[in-house]
Amino acid sequence: MGQKEAIQMKNITKRFGSTIANHNVDFEVREGEILSLLGENGSGKTTLMNMLSGIYYPDEGEIFVKGQKVLIRSPHDAFELGIGMIHQHFKLVDVFTAAENVVLGLKHKKTRKEINDSIETICKKYGFDINPNQKVYDMSVAQKQTLEIIKVLYRGADFLILDEPTAVLTPQETDKLFAVLNNMRKDGKSMIIITHKLHEVLSISDRVTILRRGEFIGTVPTTEATEQSLTEMMVGKKVELNIERPEPENSKERLIIEHLSYINEEGVKVLDDINFTAKSGEILGIAGISGCGQKELLESIAGLLHPEHGSSITYINPDKEDHISLLHMNPRRIRQMGVSMSFVPEDRLGMGLVGSMGMIGNMLLQNYAESNSFLKMKKQAKIKAVKVKDKLDVVTPGINTPVRKLSGGNVQKVLVGRELGSNPTVLMTAYAVRGLDIHTSHTIYHLLNKQKKKGTAVIFVGEDLDVLMALSDRIMVMCGGRMNGILDARTTTKEEVGLRMTKIQEDGGADHE
Amino acid sequence: MNKKEPLVRVMKRETIAGWKSWLFRAASIALALIVIAVFVFAIIGISPLNVYTLMWEGAFGNSIYFNDTLFFTAKLLCIAVALAPAFKMRFWNIGAEGQVLAGALATSLIMVYCSSLPAPLLYILMFVSAIVLSAIWGLIPAIFKAKWNVNETLFTLMMNYVAIQIVNYFYNKWRGAASALGKLNKGTKAGYLPTIFGSKEALMLLVVGVLTILMYLYLNKTKQGYEIAVVGESVNTAKYAGMDVKKVVVRTMLISGAVCGVCGFMTVAGQDHSISSASAGGYGFTSIIVAWLAKFNTMVMVLIALFVVFLEKGTNHITDAFAGFDDSASKIVIGIMLFFVIGCEFFINYKLSFFRFRKGEK
Ligand SMILES: Nc1ncnc2c1ncn2[C@@H]1O[C@H](COP(=O)(O)OP(=O)(O)O)[C@@H](O)[C@H]1O
Ligand SMILES: [Mg+2]
Repeated sequence: MGQKEAIQMKNITKRFGSTIANHNVDFEVREGEILSLLGENGSGKTTLMNMLSGIYYPDEGEIFVKGQKVLIRSPHDAFELGIGMIHQHFKLVDVFTAAENVVLGLKHKKTRKEINDSIETICKKYGFDINPNQKVYDMSVAQKQTLEIIKVLYRGADFLILDEPTAVLTPQETDKLFAVLNNMRKDGKSMIIITHKLHEVLSISDRVTILRRGEFIGTVPTTEATEQSLTEMMVGKKVELNIERPEPENSKERLIIEHLSYINEEGVKVLDDINFTAKSGEILGIAGISGCGQKELLESIAGLLHPEHGSSITYINPDKEDHISLLHMNPRRIRQMGVSMSFVPEDRLGMGLVGSMGMIGNMLLQNYAESNSFLKMKKQAKIKAVKVKDKLDVVTPGINTPVRKLSGGNVQKVLVGRELGSNPTVLMTAYAVRGLDIHTSHTIYHLLNKQKKKGTAVIFVGEDLDVLMALSDRIMVMCGGRMNGILDARTTTKEEVGLRMTKIQEDGGADHE
Repeated sequence: MNKKEPLVRVMKRETIAGWKSWLFRAASIALALIVIAVFVFAIIGISPLNVYTLMWEGAFGNSIYFNDTLFFTAKLLCIAVALAPAFKMRFWNIGAEGQVLAGALATSLIMVYCSSLPAPLLYILMFVSAIVLSAIWGLIPAIFKAKWNVNETLFTLMMNYVAIQIVNYFYNKWRGAASALGKLNKGTKAGYLPTIFGSKEALMLLVVGVLTILMYLYLNKTKQGYEIAVVGESVNTAKYAGMDVKKVVVRTMLISGAVCGVCGFMTVAGQDHSISSASAGGYGFTSIIVAWLAKFNTMVMVLIALFVVFLEKGTNHITDAFAGFDDSASKIVIGIMLFFVIGCEFFINYKLSFFRFRKGEK
C-alpha cells in the first residue's frame, strides 16, 4: 500500500473572533488509508476539514496536495484537487431525484441514461445500493448519506472527508458503510472520518489523529491504540468510562401510556398505538432512528401536541396514588393540577430555553406565572440560577449573560439544572447528551442516576446505543412511529436493538421482560 | 495553480467593548455629517458650517421652531413606543400609520358629531373611541395571525391603505365645496384640548413621556412583558412554558394599536384640530426605524426620535431658504444619515482583515 503523503496541512491556525478553533495544527493523510480524526465536540475537527473542502480559509498555515503547495479558496478549488466532503448536515435538494442531485451544478452534457449508467458503475464498484430515480424526500438517512458519497465520487474525488458519518446510523447501517469504505480503500482512495466513537475508530481506521481544544495532540497507528489510551489523549486526563446502573428500588407505576396515537399537521400518523409504563426508581430508555416518533411521543405527554381520541396518558400522583389524565391538557394546566413532570426537550435553545435571556430569565420560564408578583418570582429565579450555576459548574460570565452565548454543554446544564431543580416525579429527556463532551455527558448520566435513586421515573430518549444499554433498566424500541418491543437492557444485545430499530418484529408490541 | 490569497476577509466579532461600539457609532455619525455637508455644498454651494447652522436654526432657532420640534419628536416617539411591544414579540406591525389615522378619525368623528356634549364628556368620548378604533385596527391582523397564521407584515401594511381611504372619504365629505378642510368645529372649538401655560405642546409631551416610562416598565418588569419577550424569541419555547401564544399576540397588538390611538387623538385634538390622510405624516413608517435603532428600548427611543426630527426640521429649513434644495434633497440627507448609522452596525458585528496586513504582522 502506498505510504506517500496525499494531503498535508502545516501549522494551520483558524480563529473565529476570540475563539481559536485550530491552533498550529499539523495534519497529514496518506494515499490509500483511512484516517480517523478524533476529538471531543468543539475541538476543531470540522473546522480543520472545512479548510480542506474550501468552506473556510486558514488564517495561517499551508496546505500541500501530493507535495504541491495549494490554495483552496472555495469548494470548487477543492473539487479540482479531488477533495470531497460529506458534511454532517446533508446538502441535498429534497424534490430532486438521486441522479439529479448527483449532477447538480456540473456543466457536462450527458443524457439521463449515461448519468444513470455512471452511477450504476460506481455503485457496483464499491458496493452501494441506490436507485438513481428515487426522490430524496423518500430516502432514509442512510440512503441520503450514500447519495452524498456517490455525489462526491462521481466528481472524481480521490480524498473523501466524512464528518461524523455514523452519528445518524444504526449498527447495521454502520457496518454497511464501513464495508463500502473498505472497498474504496482497496481502490487507493484516502478517507478521513471524523468521529468520537472510539470502537469505530479502532475497527475501521489505519491511523488516528487526535485534536484537543483546537490543538494537535498526536497521530498514532490504530494497532497501538486502545479505547483508554485514545480517551486520555482526547480528554487530557484519565476518565472513568463506566456508567453506573443501580438496581431499581421500590418501583411503582408513575406514568401509564395506552393506545397513544398522533397524526401530525401533514396528516402522517407519527405515533401508532404506543403502550408503556414508566416506573419510579427506573430509567426507561427509548431507542429508535431519528424521526421515528420519539420527539412526538415526549411532546404528546408534555401536553404540546394533541394526540388522537382514544389515546390515554395517565399520571399517578405519588402522595395519594390517585390517577390523573393528562390527555389534551396544555403544560400550564398540567402543572396546575399538581403534576410534577419535567421535560428536557431536544431543541434546547428553540424550545427549552430563551437564548437571548440569561440564566435568571430562563429559570423564570418554569414558574413565572405561579405568583401574582412578577418581581417576587424574579427574585426566586435569581436564587435558583445561582444554585444551578454552583451545583452544576455552569461556566458563564454571569447569570445575566444570554445563554445563547454559552457553549453547548453549559446550555444543557442550565436546562437540565432547571428541570431537575423541581424534583420531578416524572422526568423526560430527549437526546440529553447530544453534542456534549465526555465529561459533561457523564455529569448528566450521574444526575439522571441520582434522580432515579430519589425515586423519579426517568424516560431517556437516546441515540447512542452503547449509552442506552449501559444506563437504562428497560429499553423501548420504536420503529416508524410504532413500538417494536420493550427489552431488558441488562440482557439484550446491541444487534437486537439495532434490528428492532429498522424492522418491525412479529411480536412488535409484546413485552420482553 | 495561479491563485492569490483573498485580499479582504470578513470575520465575525465575538464581543466588542461597550465603549468601542459607541465610538464606532459616534464616528459614523461624524462621517455622515461630513458627507451631508459635502452633498449640500454640491447642490447649493453653501459652506458646511452654514449647513449646520441653518439646520440648528430650523430645529431650535426660535420658540415656534422649538415647539414644533418638540411636538413632532413626541409624536414620533409615541408611535415608536407603540411599536415596541409588537416588535419585541417579532410581530412586524408596519401598520402604525393606519392605526394612528384610525385614532385620528375616531377623534374627529366624535368632535364633529357630538360637539354639543359637555367638554369633559366629549374629551373622554374622543379619547376612548380613538383608542378603541386604533386597537381594532391592530387587532384585525393579530387575530388573523393567531388563528390562521396569516403574514402580519402584508396585512398591517394593507390596513394602512384602508385607513387612508376612509379618512379621505370623510375629508372630502366635511370639506364640501371648499378647497381644503380647514379646522373642525372652527366656531365652537369644541373638543380642542386645553393649553398648559399657553403651550399646545406641553400636554403631548407629558402624555408621551408618561407612556414611554410605562411601556418601559411594562416590557421589562411585568409578567406580560416577559411573555412578549419569550414569544418573540421562540414560539415553541413559549408553548413549552405553557403560555397561550395566541392570547399574547392578540393582547400585545391591542396595546400597540391603542398607543397609536393616543397619538392620533393628541394630534387631532391637541395640535392640528383637523384631519387628513397626512395626519400621521409618514411617522408610522419612520417610527419603525426609530424602534429598530433603539433595539426596542423605549428610553433610547427618546434620543433617536429627537435626532431624526432634528434632521427633518433642519433640512426643511434649508429647503425653505434655498430654491435649489427641495424636499427630495432633504430626504436624501436623512437617508445618508441613516445609511451611516445602520451601516455602522456591520462594523460593530464584523471586522475586516486585509491579507497584506496579516502578512506584515508575522
Ligand atoms: N462559523 C463559526 N463561527 C464561530 N465559531 C465557530 C464557527 N465554527 C466553529 N466555531 C467554533 O470553533 C470551535 C471548533 O468547532 P468545530 O470545528 O465545529 O468542532 P468539532 O467539529 O470538533 O466539534 C468551537 O469552539 C466552535 O464553537
Ligand atoms: Mg463537528
